[in-house]
Amino acid sequence: MNKIENQKAWFFVLPVLLLVAFNAIVPLMTVVNYSIQETFGDNTFFWAGVMWFEDVLHSERFHAALGRQMIFTFSILAIEIPLGVAIALTMPRKGFWVPVCLVLMALPLLIPYNVVGAMWNIFALPDIGLLGRTLNAIGFDYNFTRQPGDAWFTLILMDVWHWTSLVVLLAYAGLVSIPDAYYQAAKIDGAKPFAIFRYIQLPKMKRVLTIAVLLRFMDSFMIYTEPFVLTGGGPGNSTTLLSIDLVKVALGQFDLGPAAAMSLIYFLIILLMSWVFYTVMMRNEAQ
Amino acid sequence: MKNTSRFVPALYILFLLLPIYWLVNMSFKTTNEILGSFTLWPQEFTFENYITIFTDPTWYMGYVNSLAYVSINTALSVAVALPAAYAFSRYRFLGDKHLFFWLLTNRMAPPAVFALPFFQLYSAVGLFDTYWAVALAHTLFNIPLAVWILEGFMSGVPKELDETAYVDGYSFPRFFIKIFIPTIAAGIGVAAFFCFMFSWVELLLAKTLTAVDAKPIAATMTRTASTSGYELGLLAAAGTLTIIPGAFVIYFVRNYIARGFALGRV
Repeated sequence: MNKIENQKAWFFVLPVLLLVAFNAIVPLMTVVNYSIQETFGDNTFFWAGVMWFEDVLHSERFHAALGRQMIFTFSILAIEIPLGVAIALTMPRKGFWVPVCLVLMALPLLIPYNVVGAMWNIFALPDIGLLGRTLNAIGFDYNFTRQPGDAWFTLILMDVWHWTSLVVLLAYAGLVSIPDAYYQAAKIDGAKPFAIFRYIQLPKMKRVLTIAVLLRFMDSFMIYTEPFVLTGGGPGNSTTLLSIDLVKVALGQFDLGPAAAMSLIYFLIILLMSWVFYTVMMRNEAQ
Repeated sequence: MKNTSRFVPALYILFLLLPIYWLVNMSFKTTNEILGSFTLWPQEFTFENYITIFTDPTWYMGYVNSLAYVSINTALSVAVALPAAYAFSRYRFLGDKHLFFWLLTNRMAPPAVFALPFFQLYSAVGLFDTYWAVALAHTLFNIPLAVWILEGFMSGVPKELDETAYVDGYSFPRFFIKIFIPTIAAGIGVAAFFCFMFSWVELLLAKTLTAVDAKPIAATMTRTASTSGYELGLLAAAGTLTIIPGAFVIYFVRNYIARGFALGRV
């Protein structure tokens, strides 16, 4: 659609701009302000320059948290995206079961984050939880509050439970938009199921899948409440992801300078990677 | 092939429902039964936990508070996003693409980064511990989302609709309210659904910005978990009740979900 050049459109955007600016710019400037100053807690501040940034970038603690965050984000992407596509492919396209499936699958998306954490906590407890008890009964030595490996397994399983549905719904939306004629043509040509997937279904899902990857990347990188409630970052520091570490520094130790510098570095990482995704996505759309 | 294709979604839904079943199951048990024995369904079936929640104001006000700020947030986000999305879908103006991306960047801001500055900002303007503080704070990520979704829907409406209306003598506000909004009603429904969803499930900001009067139910739950020890039955009952509003909302928008996801880009 060719758009009309009209500068008065700014008036339409103004309310959004004011509200978001109030919420985004003032707090962001506060963070920037803290990140370049040193304080001894008596409300006097000194210029600190890039000291905090250097500290954070060189600290092993930050590297470790970032490393755990990367492992978490890429593991859940590697599981949720293929699994979501597979489930969407096998879902019915018409009839009574479609709304039933959609409603049941969307259910985890609307449960408050801390309830998800609490629910998985009591589901996975080795003594009273269904999952923990079952795993122990069939011979695994499973205890997610003591063993880091088990904590990771539970964390990733919880995220797969919570968010795979988003990928399913997106992929399904892409699939139902394919006209029947495409499938008929493929049938006449004698295409195998894999060929149909590779040359008809996958290209049609490309756009929604990019959105799915983008959303899952951003949200899993920002995840805080679910792991905090489930494991509290433990045992030890084994599941302390970036957000949890940040809140520990900012609110637990009240180290405003390092916390602010860490916030900005954290935000910039997400921004940079999202910008790459966004640019790729827009280029695809333009074609 | 036919059989396996039924099997996979069924298995997946079973996997989704198991933890929820365990939560509901636990909410009908007594504390003794939860800690004392392992049972697949409640042996001493009790409504005790639910009765506590519905009679104790510190519990049930949590639901009222949550629903209050979620409703304000949803109404506000959709209302201001409508004209903005119209501008993005119909006009070219100075800095439009940059503005659009800047809006989206706010969807990428981790709440953990903004928790402390938000606390200071809303304390400074005197809104701390009110519904408005949480509702306004949640617009940070809901307005960009609503603009993104609505812009997708509006771009699907041919521009001839606007032009015909002007030829017929409609003024812009009358056209927008009488013709345009009913045309994209499905889009508004989907946008409202996502605003409701992300505001309802968010806890970190809601908890940081409230103390007593506007405390959300999710925050009430974390307090109970830490102070009164192992009241798991009560916690499970409160958790079960937080699922219900979401289930209602999904039921009402079920026919739009698939379409909305495709058209609305999210």
